[in-house]
Amino acid sequence: MKTFQLTRAADSAEAIDAAAQATTAQQGAEIRFIAGGTTLLDLMKLNVEQPEKLVDLSRLPLDEIEASPDGLTIGAGVRNSDLAYHPVVREKYAVLSEALLSGASAQLRNMATTAGNLLQRTRCMYFRATEMPCNKREPGSGCAAITGANRSLAILGTSEHCIATNPSDMNVAMAALEATIHVRGSKGERSIPIADFHLLPGKTPERETLLEPGDLITHATLPPPASGARSVYLKLRDRASYEFALVSAAVVVTIADGKVTRARIALGGVGTKPWRSNEAEAALTNQAAGEELFRRAAEAALREARPQSQNGFKVELAKRCLIHALKLATQKA
Amino acid sequence: MPDPNESARGFAGGPDSVGTSAEMPDVIPVTLSVNGKKHDLRIDPRTSLLDCLRDHLHLTGSKKGCDHGQCGACTVHINGRRVNSCLCLAARHEGDEIITIEGVGQRDNLHPMQASFVTCDAYQCGYCTPGQIMSAVALLQEPCGPEDADVKELMSGNICRCGAYPNIVAAIQTVRGKNSDKKAE
Repeated sequence: MKTFQLTRAADSAEAIDAAAQATTAQQGAEIRFIAGGTTLLDLMKLNVEQPEKLVDLSRLPLDEIEASPDGLTIGAGVRNSDLAYHPVVREKYAVLSEALLSGASAQLRNMATTAGNLLQRTRCMYFRATEMPCNKREPGSGCAAITGANRSLAILGTSEHCIATNPSDMNVAMAALEATIHVRGSKGERSIPIADFHLLPGKTPERETLLEPGDLITHATLPPPASGARSVYLKLRDRASYEFALVSAAVVVTIADGKVTRARIALGGVGTKPWRSNEAEAALTNQAAGEELFRRAAEAALREARPQSQNGFKVELAKRCLIHALKLATQKA
Repeated sequence: MPDPNESARGFAGGPDSVGTSAEMPDVIPVTLSVNGKKHDLRIDPRTSLLDCLRDHLHLTGSKKGCDHGQCGACTVHINGRRVNSCLCLAARHEGDEIITIEGVGQRDNLHPMQASFVTCDAYQCGYCTPGQIMSAVALLQEPCGPEDADVKELMSGNICRCGAYPNIVAAIQTVRGKNSDKKAE
C-alpha cells in the first residue's frame, strides 16, 4: 500500500475544502473521503486505489435516520446494519431492508455506510488485479473481461470498453424506491435522482458517478411509500449467503382489483449501474397481475441484454428472478 | 465474494500490510483503548487495526486470514459491534472501545460462548475460532431469529476451512438456549 496522509475533518466544510484540491473524484482520485473503509482499504491494499490523502469523515454528524410524512432521510454515514434494522425501514421500505441484509456479512454491514454503498466499486476481477488491463482502472489499457472470465459481469448497459457490474444490493433497492442523493460541494448543494447518479461506462468507464472533486454526499432521501405498495428484494447467487448477486430484482408494486396500478422495478447483478427498468414498469402498469404478465415484463426488462461469452445464463435467470419477485410481492398483497 | 485469486493474494501477504516502500513513512501518534486499557502508540497511518493489535500490542488472538474482509478471522468489537479489524485503520479509532478475544475471557475464566465452543467441539485447527467467538458473542445482542438457519446467515462472515460449522451453530444455539438440529455430543 502506498503511504498517505490521514486527516480528520471537523465539519463538512473542512472535508469539502480538502477534497476539492483533487483533480478528480473518480478512479485514481488523489484525495479520498474515508467512512466505513470496507471498499477503499480493500482496493488500497490491492494498489487499485492509491490516494495521497484520506479525509476521515467518521466524526461528522451524518449518521441520523429521520422518518417524516415527506419520507425518509438517511444520513450518508448511517451504517448498513442500522438502516436494515430500522423499524420504519423494515415496515415501510422492506425492499431496502431485505437488500441490505442480503449483502456482505454482519461485520461488513456494521462498517459500511450508506454513501459508501452508493459508491461501491465493481468486483470485476480485472479491475482488482493491477497486472491486467482494465479501462476502468487505467483508461485506454483495454478490457480483459470481454475476452476473459466474464461469468459474473454485466449484460445491460455495457460498452466495448467495460462490462463491469455494479455490485451493490442497496443501490438496486434505492433505484426501485426512487431515492434522491443529496450532495454538498464547493459550489453549493444539489439533489440528484439515483437514476442519474451512476453513469453508464460508454467510452469513459473510469467515470462512475456525477461526483466532482470536493463533492460530499450528505444524505439520501426516499419518498413516502406508495399507498398499498408491496415490495420484495430477491437475490440469486452461487451460495446462500455472503455472496454477490448473479442476478437480483427489487420490485415495488401496487395492486388494485387484480390490476397492477403502479410498479417500480430494478435489477442487480446484470447492469453496469443499478438497473431501473422503465420497460418492465410500462409493461406491468394497468395490466391484470399474473404469471403471464410477469413474463411479459421480464421479457421487456431483458430485451436489450447483450450477454458475453460466459454469462448468457443471466438473461433467463434475470427473467425468472423478476417473475418470482413479482409473484412474491403480489402474494403479499 | 471470495474469488480464488483474491484468497490466494490475501494469504500470500505477510504479517505486515505496510509494504516495502523505501522511504520512511510518517509516523502518527494514536491512543487506543483495547480491552479497557489505554495504549499510547506511534504508528504508520497505513497500519490496520489487526496489525496494530498483533504487532504493536502483541494481542495475537485476532488472526489474519485473508486481510480483505472476506474470512472473519480478524473479527473484534468496536463500541460493542463486530467488525473486520483488517479493514480498519488503527489511527481512526482513537476514543473507541475495542474488545478482542483476549478481553472476552481468560484461560480460567471463560466466556460462556468460549465454554460452549469447548463443550460442543466447535473447532478443529482453531485458527478461525477467535473470530468465530467474537462474532458469536456479538450475535447475542443482534436481531437474530431462533433457528439454526438464522444463526448460519448471521455467521456467514466467518469462514472455517476445517468445516466445523454444525458444531459452531450448536455451540451458539446452546448459549442462546435454543435447540439446534445438531446436538452437542
